[in-house]
Amino acid sequence: MLIKADPTACVGAGQCVLTEPTVFDQDEDGIVTLTTTHPEGPAAAAARTAVTLCPSGALSLVEHDT
Amino acid sequence: MGLVVAMAEAMTEFPVERRCPFAAPPEYDRLREQAPVSRVRLGGGTEAWFVSGHREGRAVLADPRFSSDRRHVNFPLVNADEVTRERFRSQPPSMIGMDGAEHTAARRALIGEFTVKRLAALRPRIQEIVDGFVDDMLAAEEHPVDLVRALSLPVPSLVICELLGVPYTDHDFFQRRTSALVRRSEDPQVRQRSFDELRDYLGELIDRKAAEPGNDLFSRQVTRALADGTFDRDATVSMAFLLLVAGHETTANMISLGVVGLLDHPDQLAAVRADPAKTPLAVEELLRYFTIVETATSRVATEDVTIGDVTIHAGEGVVVSGLAADWDPAVFDHPDRLDIDRGARHHIAFGFGPHQCLGQNLARVELQVVFDTLFRRIPTLRLATPVDDVPFKTDSGVYGAWRLPVTW
Repeated sequence: MLIKADPTACVGAGQCVLTEPTVFDQDEDGIVTLTTTHPEGPAAAAARTAVTLCPSGALSLVEHDT
Repeated sequence: MGLVVAMAEAMTEFPVERRCPFAAPPEYDRLREQAPVSRVRLGGGTEAWFVSGHREGRAVLADPRFSSDRRHVNFPLVNADEVTRERFRSQPPSMIGMDGAEHTAARRALIGEFTVKRLAALRPRIQEIVDGFVDDMLAAEEHPVDLVRALSLPVPSLVICELLGVPYTDHDFFQRRTSALVRRSEDPQVRQRSFDELRDYLGELIDRKAAEPGNDLFSRQVTRALADGTFDRDATVSMAFLLLVAGHETTANMISLGVVGLLDHPDQLAAVRADPAKTPLAVEELLRYFTIVETATSRVATEDVTIGDVTIHAGEGVVVSGLAADWDPAVFDHPDRLDIDRGARHHIAFGFGPHQCLGQNLARVELQVVFDTLFRRIPTLRLATPVDDVPFKTDSGVYGAWRLPVTW
């Protein structure tokens, strides 16, 4: 599973950081950054939740990246 | 023709008064069962689309073809009197009334102040503030104590004052005006005067920040805008106005209602007290259950947009009821049950889309600290009046309680 973050769409709501701080972070300006693009185990499940919670559609999932 | 008249007469008027704090209005269930996108009448005789489904509500709020411009003639204002409409036309909008690139720029100037990490760093100070007000409560010689004045209002007021750089000594001034502003039944002229006085006050405050910047959000905003040549006093006052009003009235009401909700559900309260790690879950569920702001998630379509089975035409107004959405049984099983373990994070009490509440993570920290501290330090806390006698804010744009007598 690959997580993608689009910083141009991010509105800094912080929902992702709140959900899975081991995968998502915010830079000084509040914009999303990724600590890892390939979360595993429980972090993967939480990252999936974060994608559904993101209010601005800045996060997306690629299930089978090669 | 006769049928049309009969339908018009039967049309629900928004907002529907909340007759019980522990239930969304049954009209919302009826409307949602008929269609998750339906029609309602607004004050002043206008009509708008009404979105009562959770999926449909998120779809509207995330779609850039819906505008937040409150100056649009068809924007579904609840207080649609001419005084209010003129106010929106005559002042530069704050970011909640902006769209697209303009909104992005205004919001991006602020979001660095509200990151999850920065707010987590405020937690010790918020704890200190809450402890201070609980100390005062415990020292009170007279009972019952009004929780609204003792805790619900002063905690978020002091927190937001320190963050923004507003003198807390002025809290009585801005709390009274904020309260009048969100009260629907308030005379439009009184609301207008409250609005003008608050703007004047913030204008003078912004001037002081420009002359003598301090270590606070308003100073940082003014200093940065002056440095890069983008300072606009009126627009800065609009921003300051939004942050001050949104920063304490909302959290204050959630504190009061959260206490009522937990006291009314002793099993849920016991679960939180047994395991404070559950407090964040409880906060999310309380946010869902009460969804106190229903009027900030209205929009007007700029193009024809199909939501569910309905085509909303360009220029038509849309009201998304967060309360109706957060009580959508397709998404929240038995929504009438306060169930902290359900996992309610996908509620839209903070809205959805690019306008989702900027201060939501500040509110979360405040609510978590308040509920943990209050029930730990005053374990026998109870209402001093039957819940039916609590004066709930049935006529306010922000639902809550005017007073909440408690004892222990």
